[in-house]
Amino acid sequence: MDSNIEQPEKPVISKGIDGFFKDIYNTFQFIIRIFAEAFKRPIEIREVIRQCFQVGYKSLALITMTGFITGLVFTKQSRPSLSEFGATSWLPSLISIAVIRALAPLVTALICAGKVGSGIGAELASMRVTEQIDAMEVSAINPFKFLVVTRVMATTISIPILVAYTGLVGMLGSFLDIHLNEQTSFISFFQEAFKNIYFLDFITTGVKAVVFGFTIGVVSCYQGYHATQGTQGVGKAANTSVVISMFLIFLEEVFIVQIANSIR
Amino acid sequence: MKSFTPEINMNEKVIDIHDLYKSFGSNHVLRGIDINVHKGENVVVLGRSGTGKSVLIKIIAGLLAPDSGSVNVLGQEVDKLDNVALRELRLKVGFCFQNGALYDSMTVGENLAFPLKRNTPHITHAQVKRMVTVVLEAVGLAKTVDQMPSELSGGQRKRIGIARTLILRPDIMLYDEPTAGLDPITCTEINNLINEVQRRFHTSSIIITHDLTCAKDTGDKIVVMKEGKFVKRGTFDEVFNTQDDLIKEFYDYNFIQ
Repeated sequence: MDSNIEQPEKPVISKGIDGFFKDIYNTFQFIIRIFAEAFKRPIEIREVIRQCFQVGYKSLALITMTGFITGLVFTKQSRPSLSEFGATSWLPSLISIAVIRALAPLVTALICAGKVGSGIGAELASMRVTEQIDAMEVSAINPFKFLVVTRVMATTISIPILVAYTGLVGMLGSFLDIHLNEQTSFISFFQEAFKNIYFLDFITTGVKAVVFGFTIGVVSCYQGYHATQGTQGVGKAANTSVVISMFLIFLEEVFIVQIANSIR
Repeated sequence: MKSFTPEINMNEKVIDIHDLYKSFGSNHVLRGIDINVHKGENVVVLGRSGTGKSVLIKIIAGLLAPDSGSVNVLGQEVDKLDNVALRELRLKVGFCFQNGALYDSMTVGENLAFPLKRNTPHITHAQVKRMVTVVLEAVGLAKTVDQMPSELSGGQRKRIGIARTLILRPDIMLYDEPTAGLDPITCTEINNLINEVQRRFHTSSIIITHDLTCAKDTGDKIVVMKEGKFVKRGTFDEVFNTQDDLIKEFYDYNFIQ
C-alpha cells in the first residue's frame, strides 16, 4: 500500500454518536464564523435589506392571518371558562398576557421556521449541489458572508418586527370578538389589556424574538450550506431546517421563560 | 484541430503539481499526480468518470485541500495560502463548471457583472456594462443579457459560464467537462470557443474531459488518467499511437461509435 495515502479515521465511540458531537462542534464553529464575518468589511447592507424583504414582507400575509385567528380563537375558547365565574372582564388582560408573553413569539417563530427556514435551507442546498457556492468561491467572492451572514442577519432583524406585528394583530383579533360580545370600546379594551403587562414582558418577548430569529437563520443556513447527496439533499436540508428549528425554538422558549420567571 | 499556433512559453510553468495525493475516507482518489502546465498551453486531462479528474482541478482552485504533495499555481503553493492570498490568486484562475453553475436568481448580465462588481468596488456602471457586452460578444451570446439561466440551453449555459470566468481576465482557465451532455455540433462550438479563449486572452488551461474530440481539438498536451494516476502523456498522436488496451479501448469507444 502507498505510504502517502491517508487511512480513514476509526470512530471514538460509534459513528452516530461521533457524528452528533461533530455536528454540535461544527455548528459552534459556524456561529463563531458568522460573528467574525458580520463585522468585516464590506458590510452587505443591500443584500441584508433584500433578505429582510424576503423574510419579512413576504411572510406578512400568512403572519397577519395566523396572528388574527390566534387572538380571535383564543378569546372565543377562553370566554366560556371565565364566564362561569362571571369574569369575562378579565378577558383583555388574559389575552394580552397570553399573546404578548407566549403566543406572538412562538406562533411567529414556528411559522417562520416553516416558511422562511425551509426556503433558506432549500435555496442554499440547491446552490451547493449545483456548484453555485463553489462558483462564488472561485470568483474570489466570500459565499459565507454573502449568503449565510446576510440571511442570519435578516432573520434576526425581521422576526422581532414580525413578532411585534403578530402581537398587535392578535390583540385586534381578540378585540373584535370582545367588542362583538361585550361591546367593549377600543380604548377600554387596550387599557384593560395592558394593565397586567410589565416592562419585563416586553423585554422577554424581545429577547425570545431575537433568539428565535437567530436560531432559524443559523439552523437553515447550516443545513443548506452543508448539503450533500445531490437533489435529494435539497429536500433533506429543507426538512431538517424546519424540524431542528422548531425543536430548538421550544427548548429556548422553556429556557427563557424559566429565566424570566426567576427574575419576576 | 487548431487553426493557429499557440504561443507556449516552455520556460514558464504556471501550474506545477508534484506527488499529489487526495482521499475521501477509504476512497483514494489521487495517488501521486505529477503535472505541469506551461504559459499559453492547453493541457487536457483525459479519463473515465470517477478517476479523480475534477478533484484535481478543484485542488488547483483551492476548493479542496490536498492530503500531501505540492500544488504550485502562478508561483504560489495553493494549500499554504491564507484566505486573502487565496482570493487574490483566484482572480487569476478561472473555473468553468460542468453545468455552468450560473446563479439562478440573476439574469445573464447580472451573473457576469456580479464577480466584476464584487472584485472591483470602484468600477462604474457604464464600465461594468461595457465589459459584460465584450465577454458576451466573445462567447457569441450578446442577445441573452436579460435572460434568466433557466431560459438557456445546456450549451449556452456553458458559454455564459466561460464568459463569467473571462470577465475577471484570468491567466489560467480550468474547464470541468466542457462538452459533457452536449450534441456534437455544440461540442465543436465549445471546443472552438476554448481555442478562441486561448488565442485571444492568452490563457493557459487545464481541460478535464472524457471526450476525445474535445481532447484532440483543444489539447496541446494530453495526459490520460486511470485510478488516480497518470498512465500516459504526450501529444494526441503520441498518446493514441499505442497498443495499450486502456488507451485503445478509450479511442475505439469514442471514435468508432
